[in-house]
Amino acid sequence: MSDLTDLTIAEASKALSSKEISSLELTQAHLEAIGSANTALNAFVLTADEQAIEMAKASDARLTKGEGGVLEGIPIGVKDLFCTRGVRTTACSNILDGFTPTYESRVTANLWDAGAVMLGKLSCDEFAMGSSTETSCFGPCINPWRRSGTADKLVPGGSSGGSSTAVAARLCLAATATDTGGSIRQPAALTGTVGLKPTYGRCSRWGIVAFASSLDQAGPITRSVTDAAIMLSAMAGYDRRDTTSVDLPVPDYCAGLDEGIKGLKVGIPAEYRVEGMGAEVDALWQQGIEWAKQAGAEIREVSLPHTKYALPAYYIVAPAEASSNLARYDGVRYGLRVPGSDVIEMYQNTRAAGFGSEVKRRVLIGTYVLSAGYYDAYYLKAQKVRALIKRDFDRAFEDVDVLLTPTTPSPAFALGEKSGDPVEMYLNDILTVTVNMAGLPAVSIPAGLSGEGTPLGLQLIANAFDETTLLRAARALEEAAGPQPAPENWWSTTP
Amino acid sequence: MPNDARTSHLIEGDTGSWEIVIGLEVHAQVVSKSKLFSGASTEFGGSPNAQVSLVDAAMPGMLPVINRECVEQAVRTGLGLNAQINLVSVFDRKNYFYPDLPQGYQISQFTKPIVGEGEIVLDMGEEGEVSVGIERLHLEQDAGKSLHDQHPDHSYVDLNRSGIALMEIVSKPDLRSAEQAKVYVAKLRTILRYLGTCDGNMEEGSLRADVNVSVRKPGDELGTRCEIKNVNSIRFIGEAVDYEAARQVEILEDGGEIIQETRLFDPDAGETRSMRSKEEAHDYRYFPDPDLLPLELSQDDVERIKAELPELPDARKARFMRELALEHDVAERLVADRDVAEYFEALARGRDANLAANWITGELFGALNKLDLTIDRSPVDANQLGALLDLMDDGAVSGRTAKDVFETMLATGQPAGEIVAAQGLEQVSDTGAIEQVVDEVIAANPDQVEQVKSKPKTLGWFVGQVMQKTGGKANPQTVNDILRRKLEIGDDQDQDS
Repeated sequence: MSDLTDLTIAEASKALSSKEISSLELTQAHLEAIGSANTALNAFVLTADEQAIEMAKASDARLTKGEGGVLEGIPIGVKDLFCTRGVRTTACSNILDGFTPTYESRVTANLWDAGAVMLGKLSCDEFAMGSSTETSCFGPCINPWRRSGTADKLVPGGSSGGSSTAVAARLCLAATATDTGGSIRQPAALTGTVGLKPTYGRCSRWGIVAFASSLDQAGPITRSVTDAAIMLSAMAGYDRRDTTSVDLPVPDYCAGLDEGIKGLKVGIPAEYRVEGMGAEVDALWQQGIEWAKQAGAEIREVSLPHTKYALPAYYIVAPAEASSNLARYDGVRYGLRVPGSDVIEMYQNTRAAGFGSEVKRRVLIGTYVLSAGYYDAYYLKAQKVRALIKRDFDRAFEDVDVLLTPTTPSPAFALGEKSGDPVEMYLNDILTVTVNMAGLPAVSIPAGLSGEGTPLGLQLIANAFDETTLLRAARALEEAAGPQPAPENWWSTTP
Repeated sequence: MPNDARTSHLIEGDTGSWEIVIGLEVHAQVVSKSKLFSGASTEFGGSPNAQVSLVDAAMPGMLPVINRECVEQAVRTGLGLNAQINLVSVFDRKNYFYPDLPQGYQISQFTKPIVGEGEIVLDMGEEGEVSVGIERLHLEQDAGKSLHDQHPDHSYVDLNRSGIALMEIVSKPDLRSAEQAKVYVAKLRTILRYLGTCDGNMEEGSLRADVNVSVRKPGDELGTRCEIKNVNSIRFIGEAVDYEAARQVEILEDGGEIIQETRLFDPDAGETRSMRSKEEAHDYRYFPDPDLLPLELSQDDVERIKAELPELPDARKARFMRELALEHDVAERLVADRDVAEYFEALARGRDANLAANWITGELFGALNKLDLTIDRSPVDANQLGALLDLMDDGAVSGRTAKDVFETMLATGQPAGEIVAAQGLEQVSDTGAIEQVVDEVIAANPDQVEQVKSKPKTLGWFVGQVMQKTGGKANPQTVNDILRRKLEIGDDQDQDS
């Protein structure tokens, strides 16, 4: 059975088509893996066993007839931020306690249309606000990786830590995730998985619980670049119900994936050598540059001068939008309601009990920066910075095809290590937020282990809607980096 | 001169004259099949929460999608107000908590509205014309409704109205009297109805006004204003302005200060009351809605909408005066309601326009008023009334008989011709028959004949006698002519002068 959970999507699809395995077997193997892992890892906040079995059987029926989509019979996990019809969706917040949508998000609907099987819902930071999945109302999710020779619990990154954990621990073949400031790429880097954040507008946001509307974007976490390409092919597409989605055809992201990067111009932004970046992260970056060179790419130094303003500007824009987006959780229509003597008190009681402290912090920051008298100094200025960041990238992409940087300044940290210091926690996003501010596509690939024996990731960034080049470059570096180790299984309760 | 109208409404106080300054924010519900950002129906009167989409209820992950029909209605209205159309406008979020505001924010337009400056010209009768500037028009979502009378200690929320498109039309502070404010709203409503962009039904809340009132000594800077929220009838607007202006003058003359605040008008008490002060005012934390891209229009779209605009009341009034020789006041009354104007045009086609106008403003309005009906529900339509006017024109019925026939038409819905035939009301214009009756009357009343020679005005007595003997069916003009000839009396105008 362990073989079945170790397959990539590409391998599993081949085995399913050739009838070597059935979707039911594959799905059951994963449900069992979840069952034996969840106590230790806490990745799934809900498993949809019956629904998964039904979907698997339906997939098998289609496969038998030689029909099916690109993900036919592939069991995947869904971040709890995606609304799933008839399946509880909470954004890992008490305020959505017991909320069961009557509708399906566009991205997950696309995945089911492509034949994917839903195993269940994955933990994340509350409303996707966090970099460690410690703010989930279901309790922290644990990284399957440990530092060599220790049993300390490490965080799997965040906010999509449930997704990265489940994929790294072989609890699903792939998972959906969302990325507002690095929430796909950072957890991927910290768990040795591939995390792809598409261009803003590439995937519909319809039916995804909103955090910061101008930054949120759905994408996959997988165990290979090819799998990420397969997932994106199914997830992407214009949706008239999301007017910020872009009406462009979805290319076949798998075509040309193995063409290599000979002749491709790879930019190295000097400003990403940030304060506090570990020596081994820098060394890995140099290694990545070397791999690219050896694969025939041309390396160019580029400058993105406004990089250092990205994080502060992000922590104005994102909370501002969040403070407004989360106003709808008021206890009136759905989710948690804590009564009060009048409606104002009911609001106060409900929101005090329903939101965790990180969400409250961001709602307060957001409310403050939008207030009369502060708007110009904060929100408006942050938007101007955002425009300058975008311009930096535009200029860089006049000279290069992709940019290569580390994904995070450091490897996975211990549970509780940074949760007491919000700014320390926010610094995790320093190398990833720029991309969200500019709306660009980027991917994190596993590229080696730290001295502690935990994964490190490299980030590639491409021009808007050029996921094809992005994935081709990622595939080349993945090839150059060679096979990456899987985490040692310490979490299973059954052998 | 427009200035005359502005200076003639001063309030005389103990310390001298005060000028009232009024600006209005009118919220007009847009006529459209579906809501501003969702596909839910906008129909009035559905059972509570029957017309609520996932977007209107602000379910998690739902996104607004702009309804182009509402955008076109806003452009149409802007063009009707001779206003600047902004080809790029932006939707903002206005953040505040209220149970009937599901998103926790209203999507509105703050810094970049779809329509900029425009103008409405008011016809103030003897005062002349007053031009009122339009500051802007923007699109926004309506809120739902809180129901406080359904349960002893709970409130209910009906979201049917939530998300319906509103146009907020903001005037400049150009109005100087309660009367002008009333005429402004009436004129705006007329324009909206002509354009078909708002039904203007104030009872159902499709049109409501926030009234900003301040007072100042003529020539001074603008005074501190108070905003009277949600006044929902034209009469109340007038009452609210008068009350509020008097209240402010009294405070200022007592040496007090006006506090900028939001007030409510209580129609039963006829007074305004404080709702919240400036200190308590909401900080709405406006910012551009990140779910919506800037709204872009092409000049071609605007031109197409412009080309399809109907004739508006001012143009129609000018045409009625120019082409149909109507008096100014009559034309003004006819164009004030689009349906009346259409009725009139149908009635006047091929007929005496002034006669048609008189019948509408006289008999028809009187009847509709009694029946409490609007003209589009009139029991007698323009064709039917036209048939009656034609009978008069042919001399088949007299004006007096026609009024009786009209009453029967209202009551029975029968055509005029049938009523006249059935009741034998045809007018006798046969000179021979009338002459015979005239001769009889003259022969029987020698004293009166003697008198009329010196007092020609008593001719009326003879007319009455003849009409009585013919059962009212004689053509009065014919009777008159024959009597004058037989009694040797000249034209009645000569006698009167």
